[in-house]
Amino acid sequence: MACLELRGVAKSYGTGDSATHVLRNINLKVEQGEFVAIVGYSGAGKTTLMSLLAGLLTPDRGEIVLNGKPMVGPGPDRGVVFQNYSLLPWLTAYDNIMLAVNQVFKSWSAEQKRAHVDKFLSMVKLTAAAKKRPHELSGGMRQRVSVARALASNPEILLLDEPLGALDALTRATLQDEIEKIWRENRTTAVLITNDVDEGILLADRIIPLSAGPAATLGPEVRVDIPRPRDRRAITHDPAFRSIRNTVIGYLLGPGARKKPGKMDPAIVLSPQTEEALA
Amino acid sequence: MKSFREKAWYLILPFFGFAVILGLWALVASTFAHNLPSPAKTWEISKPYIVEPFAKRGELDQGILRFTWYSLVLVAKGYTLALILGTPLGFLLGRSKLFSRGLDPVIQLLRPVSPLAWLPLGLVLFEKSEPAALFTIAVCSMWPTVLNTAMGVRSIPKDYINVARMLQLSPLQTFYKVLLPAALPYMFTGFRLSLGIAWLVIVAVEMLTGSPGVGGFLWQEYNSLIYEHILLCILTIGFVGLLLDRGMKLLEDRLRPAEAR
Repeated sequence: MACLELRGVAKSYGTGDSATHVLRNINLKVEQGEFVAIVGYSGAGKTTLMSLLAGLLTPDRGEIVLNGKPMVGPGPDRGVVFQNYSLLPWLTAYDNIMLAVNQVFKSWSAEQKRAHVDKFLSMVKLTAAAKKRPHELSGGMRQRVSVARALASNPEILLLDEPLGALDALTRATLQDEIEKIWRENRTTAVLITNDVDEGILLADRIIPLSAGPAATLGPEVRVDIPRPRDRRAITHDPAFRSIRNTVIGYLLGPGARKKPGKMDPAIVLSPQTEEALA
Repeated sequence: MKSFREKAWYLILPFFGFAVILGLWALVASTFAHNLPSPAKTWEISKPYIVEPFAKRGELDQGILRFTWYSLVLVAKGYTLALILGTPLGFLLGRSKLFSRGLDPVIQLLRPVSPLAWLPLGLVLFEKSEPAALFTIAVCSMWPTVLNTAMGVRSIPKDYINVARMLQLSPLQTFYKVLLPAALPYMFTGFRLSLGIAWLVIVAVEMLTGSPGVGGFLWQEYNSLIYEHILLCILTIGFVGLLLDRGMKLLEDRLRPAEAR
């Protein structure tokens, strides 16, 4: 049974003629223990899709099923790492994680909770920064606290909403490796939303492009059959990596690109960039 | 880095400011304003009230700080009332578009009304001077608290509220663990401005109700033709107001999120 399933999900904002159709006919199945990456343009509706998965928004059409049950509203069975820094600035790293632990494991003793928070802090290598507040941490450290907070509630599924989007390239690479390692150790079902194709390939078992908006939808999925642990330096020379990358970019620049009115179906006419990317 | 000389100047300049005002005061008093006591005369007549600030020689004849204390107690009561009324109102306005739409015009209408206009209404409502005074202080000073709290609540990042929703915090937990700490820095700006207004209002209120305090003293001494004490009261009111504002500012700065410091 799929852990998470979306059937014909659509979402618009506004009503009538002024309505903006953000997502249409989204179909997605995520298996237990699988890591799926959804790659798309900025502003294509990635965050809307994530909000739907989190339960923060309800779809206009279609349904979302989590472990066989229709999803109703948000809940701590989904651990979300938000795109922006969503740590509460008046709480320390430790207390931010404790907030989630207190809420999910209400019956635990104080000692159990403390041990649990410590375990996740050490998992993201921030034991030394436990007593620091978010503004005293670097961007990368903050997102590591966010990951720890999301995982500390033992969620059924981990939702990563462009978690590394605001970081510099080097920090981003380090964190990608760390997330991959943490995921390998936990094997929590995960959905990553990103605008970075390479990041998707490096981390995921399956990569699915999201077409450009308005009315974005998911393109054909590509399986990533590259064995783990994946080495970011070796992987770029792997022919499988290049072929996956070309397929995904080919879709995003071709059929998945913004449709220009008055032109032929872009599925047939490829832009020069697409041909370049495919070459 | 400023040089030593620049820094010394920087510290000395305020004293020049005071000296100029004092000089103008002396000049005005010695030339055309014959009823205005000179600075030296003011000091001489006010001295007993300053050197024995807590003396109580009679109901109408007490040390300046004792009068100030009466005023502060009254302000504290009225100000507390303003916070008790203003903070929840601010939260409602910040959280609900409906409330905001419905109440904002009313607030804009009531906000500019002078304490001199509210006090008679308070007397009509409560028929006694103390509750009328508290009513006036509260109704005049609550608006900055209301508006700043509402602004603070409105500017809470959506991500924080999403975190509360994902963790399924109850409305009460969401309030105490997310909304309140996130809005607190804004609220304190409102609290500080409200305290300033409460102190401003007290003088008018005491003048009209004749209750003992620094404002009541001022009015009584005007009627007794002891003009030196008017100046003593004005300086005291200014000084206490400054201290209150600085104190609140210190608290406010400690609460401001560190990244904005």
